Amino acid sequence: MRVLVIEDDQETASFLRRALKEQGHVAEYAADGQMGLELARTNAYDVLIVDRMLPKCDGLAVIRALRAEEIRIPALILSALGEVDDRVKGLRAGGDDYLTKPYAFSELLARIEALARRASPEEGSTRFVVGDLVLDRLSHKVTRAGEPIMLQPREFRLLEYLMKHAGQVVTRTMLLENVWDYHFDPQTNVIDVHVSRLRSKIDRNFEMPLLHTVRGAGYTIRDSAH
Amino acid sequence: MTALTKLFRTTTFRLSLTYLALFGAAAVVAMFYIYWNTTVLLTRQLHDTIDAELKGLAEQYTAGGLTRLVSTVADRSQTPGNSLYYVADPDGHRIAGNLSTISPELSSSLGPVEFVYSRPAPGGVETRLAFANVFRLPGGYRLIVGRDIEDRRELARLIRSAMLWGLGVMALFGIGGGYWVSRKLLARIDAVAATTRTIMEGDLSGRLPVNGSGDELDRLSGSLNLMLARIEQLMAGLREVSDNIAHDLKTPLNRLRNRVEAALREPYGEPAYREALERTIEEADGLIKTFNALLSIARLEAGAGGDHKETLDVAALVRDVAELYEPVSEERGLMLRADTVEPIFTRANRQLLGQAIANLIDNAIKYGAPGSAQASDATKPEVSVTTVVKGSMAAIVVTDRGPGVPASERERVLDRFVRLEASRSEPGSGLGLSLVAAVARLHGGTLRLEDNQPGLRVVLSLPAESNALVNGAAHQAAPAPEIRSA
Repeated sequence: MRVLVIEDDQETASFLRRALKEQGHVAEYAADGQMGLELARTNAYDVLIVDRMLPKCDGLAVIRALRAEEIRIPALILSALGEVDDRVKGLRAGGDDYLTKPYAFSELLARIEALARRASPEEGSTRFVVGDLVLDRLSHKVTRAGEPIMLQPREFRLLEYLMKHAGQVVTRTMLLENVWDYHFDPQTNVIDVHVSRLRSKIDRNFEMPLLHTVRGAGYTIRDSAH
Repeated sequence: MTALTKLFRTTTFRLSLTYLALFGAAAVVAMFYIYWNTTVLLTRQLHDTIDAELKGLAEQYTAGGLTRLVSTVADRSQTPGNSLYYVADPDGHRIAGNLSTISPELSSSLGPVEFVYSRPAPGGVETRLAFANVFRLPGGYRLIVGRDIEDRRELARLIRSAMLWGLGVMALFGIGGGYWVSRKLLARIDAVAATTRTIMEGDLSGRLPVNGSGDELDRLSGSLNLMLARIEQLMAGLREVSDNIAHDLKTPLNRLRNRVEAALREPYGEPAYREALERTIEEADGLIKTFNALLSIARLEAGAGGDHKETLDVAALVRDVAELYEPVSEERGLMLRADTVEPIFTRANRQLLGQAIANLIDNAIKYGAPGSAQASDATKPEVSVTTVVKGSMAAIVVTDRGPGVPASERERVLDRFVRLEASRSEPGSGLGLSLVAAVARLHGGTLRLEDNQPGLRVVLSLPAESNALVNGAAHQAAPAPEIRSA
């Protein structure tokens, strides 16, 4: 994955580049909005990580300018401003996701991977398959090894989101935001309990578990046989 | 600025001077008008009587010649009064009348004339003013009929002096009254200014004097006092927050620092370092959460988030949040019931209201757990969330069967960082209810803690949308799904 980091703080930027490289991604870097805009115009990136407050050209303005030029590279906005209003502003400017500082790197990584995947054709498919687990988005039916699995509507959406990002790490906040549409901290481990309930339905009677916990990051659904 | 110039600069004093000048001018005009009219009237009356008398005497003359005229004049001269008569021969010598001599201007003129004459008085001779008409008789004789008008002059003098005195007294009272009123007002303003100064110097407990008269200054002071009370409250809140931040953020920061230091000092090896670092991250995450919550509350109190309100169904939102918490409550052996019958619409920020409801349910699950208090009775430990309409308010009621909150602490637990001793074992920042209270305030609602006998009953009231309420009542037939566990 080729990532452009537009961030004026040197230390943050170099930390991000190093960490992204460790994960096998190519990370390039722009120290201000103008340079970032130039780079994004001329190179094919998979994801942009844009700091909201930048010298010369504000982060939201960079995204707005790119969108006006029909450049649709998914963009993650990083900001110290974390209120609902700020978030709405960021998404309105054309950002695809919004992450508040300070953040955990695992959260950022999971989000940019999800963003990069979003541009792929799999996104719109009506059937998700992971191993012998099949989710049909049209008939709302889930089967594992041909056996039907009964899910509550919310469990279905939870599984749908996980399978849409099969093989990727999905964090608890991503689940809360995308499955429940809540952008606040629920204080208790509510998501974990929902996931473990889902796990008991899809994994309990099968030898090969599909839903895995990624320590310190979140969850992932994948076929470990491959 | 001296006290006197300060006084003269007051609006009241200037106003009284202006009014004084206006009223003075009006009084002068009115008095002059009266005086002038009276004079004109009196003069006309005078002329008329003199003319009538002249006419009568002329008739006497025509009827009986000079002799008859002289005898009539002599007759009339005997009667005491203000009338003056004089009949002169062609040389100007007196033939009859009560005027002893006539002045040269009178002897040579004809027609109406004003003159001065002298007459005997108790202390010698006095000079008085008179008015007369001179009439020429055939043969060079002249008849003069007049009236003493000294009294009128006296009257005019009296009126003039009365006018001057009146104006003088008016000016005196005007200036004096203005001075008095201004001083009184200035004293009150000075008291207000003095209070303001002490407040500016940092003593926020100062209040403007209110004397209970209910006048405009009193009302102004009253509302300023309310404002001051609010400011004081906010400042106290701010001070409390900084104290709390000092305590509740510094303590974990210190803990974090100690841990890192300890890990560096002792050669534990990689696994120990790793563990120390992981615990550090955990601690940092906790700090970030607390910090975020504090910032959110501060921003809510400053009114942020209020512009992203939408009309939403509180009942649906309550069910939605309850569903999020339902597995957790089950895990803890609690039954979470969401009893929402009909849609209730309100204008709210979905995220903020959602978080408020989440905090309430989270609290109820954490502190309403069985075993924490009376698990003896038959009541099954349950947390219930209901929505009801009370008048124009939509109320979200969250109840539990936990130990509850003592009546004396119910106000205090809404404050930032306040945690009851019994709750120390549970993770939490002590900001949950503060945030709910702030969300309630932002939406024009209230947060109340009550006794659930046993347990705690929390009521979050928000203004309901009245017209949406009617619409909502129309399709209340749709049964609300009930979430049950355990």
